[in-house]
Amino acid sequence: MGSAFAAHRPPSTGIELTAVTKSFTTPQGAVHAVRGIDISISPGETVALLGPNGAGKSTTIDMLLGLLAPDSGSVSLFGQTPQAAIKVGAIGAMLQTGEVLRDLSVRELIDMMGALYPRPLSVEQTLEFANLADIADRKTQKLSGGQTQRLRFAVALVSNPDLLVLDEPTVAMDVEARRDFWATMRGFSSRGKTVVFATHYLEEADAYADRIILMARGQVVADGPATEIKSMTGSKVIRATLPDADLTELGALPGVTSAEQHGDAVTLACSDSDSALRALIAAHPRARDFEVTGAGLEAAFLQLTASQGLDR
Amino acid sequence: MNVRYFKYEFLRLFRNKRFFFFSLAFPLLLFICIGAANRTTTIDFGNLKLRFILVYMVAMAGYGAMIAAIGGGGRIASERAAGWNRQLRLTPLPPSTYFTAKILTSYVMSLLSIVVLFAAGLLFGVHAEAGRIGYMVGLILIGLLPLIALGVLIGHLLTPDSIGPALGGGAGFLAFVGGMWFPLQSGSTLEKIGELFPSYWIAQAARVGVGASGWPPKGWLVVAAWTVALSAAAARAYQRDTKRV
Repeated sequence: MGSAFAAHRPPSTGIELTAVTKSFTTPQGAVHAVRGIDISISPGETVALLGPNGAGKSTTIDMLLGLLAPDSGSVSLFGQTPQAAIKVGAIGAMLQTGEVLRDLSVRELIDMMGALYPRPLSVEQTLEFANLADIADRKTQKLSGGQTQRLRFAVALVSNPDLLVLDEPTVAMDVEARRDFWATMRGFSSRGKTVVFATHYLEEADAYADRIILMARGQVVADGPATEIKSMTGSKVIRATLPDADLTELGALPGVTSAEQHGDAVTLACSDSDSALRALIAAHPRARDFEVTGAGLEAAFLQLTASQGLDR
Repeated sequence: MNVRYFKYEFLRLFRNKRFFFFSLAFPLLLFICIGAANRTTTIDFGNLKLRFILVYMVAMAGYGAMIAAIGGGGRIASERAAGWNRQLRLTPLPPSTYFTAKILTSYVMSLLSIVVLFAAGLLFGVHAEAGRIGYMVGLILIGLLPLIALGVLIGHLLTPDSIGPALGGGAGFLAFVGGMWFPLQSGSTLEKIGELFPSYWIAQAARVGVGASGWPPKGWLVVAAWTVALSAAAARAYQRDTKRV
């Protein structure tokens, strides 16, 4: 099957997002989903866009694919506009929405989509590659969540694209399905294809990407090899009950990078949780119900964004 | 023309049994309940005395063709809700092919609706002249163009939750104002208003099947104007419709 995946032409330039911004108007006011990002990806790289919900990953992907026009900045895929790259069948994408067309079999849907491209893979190759051969004649509305994701992956793949874009591809999958999915994806990227995927699982980004681009609040807060990003996210979080807390004061405690309040509960993201806890107890005798945990990605982002002095 | 793509659009249409059933059932039920129940009645139609059931059959054929045509919008709204519209944007599928597929599938539903009505009419002993029927169907198909565009337009503007009432209400309004359910009184203000809507001209086209004459220039003009306006609006709605639903 190796030759089937040969590139249409060896792309010399990769993906360039330059100073891209995007805002939306909502009833609550303007939301700055993406606040000026620069991303450069070489052909053949596998890159994870990592960030919590609301970080701007999906908006970035929509702009990358030409589904949204940026307010400012530019997007270029292999030296072309997204629309031009799509027209020659160079892009395959698995979007976040988790449904496929009803009333067709797996094989029929792949054949239908393949019919739209200039140089598609054969239906049999696609079925085999996405591990769908045994359910090829099943109707799409009868598939399990994991099978639906594999079919959506097949739909992204059938054009034999140079760039594969996956927006939270493993959300509906259990652990085993997830592992199988990434094995398949690896098989694709090992053929010299470029892969960009969005995820909010650090483990997934770490295991499957050459490079991680960390996003928070519409900005790129870190960009580098997976190991480097992992070491940056080793912080801790203190939770405590403290009525009428002054967030500015709490945020200024030693070892605290940012403070948040939910009712009487306060959450402190820390670079040094030991110092922070001592200072908190000393300054606020009324504080109680202490809890110190390893920070999730969310807190790591808060810390990274706070340390870079970005506005909220 | 992308034959494989069209093939699967039609397969999907024919396999969607509920859509199929409900697109065809309502005009048929009306015909059986009202037309067939009064099958011995005769009415004055211009200078002719015609069997009511015959007149009602062609009227329901026009009405059924119209709702089948607009109903295509419901399928588009469901596809969008599944994110399929966005997925299609990531393919080189030309908009013209997309629209052609939607128009052809809507036309097939409309033709089926007409065929079902005529088959039911035959069962109740209604006969019409083949040449007249051909003329009538041809005019109806032309009159349907703006309504197919309307279906595509609202399919791209609304969600599956809201499109049901919009299609039902819209079709009801068009049927009423176009004199599809009850003929409008000749020369009345209501008829003057009705003449401005394409549904009126579909109702007129249906009457060609029982001996009325074809459209005057005004009819062609109204249908053409709506076709141009609604097609442009539908194309624009399609182009802008790339957001998550």
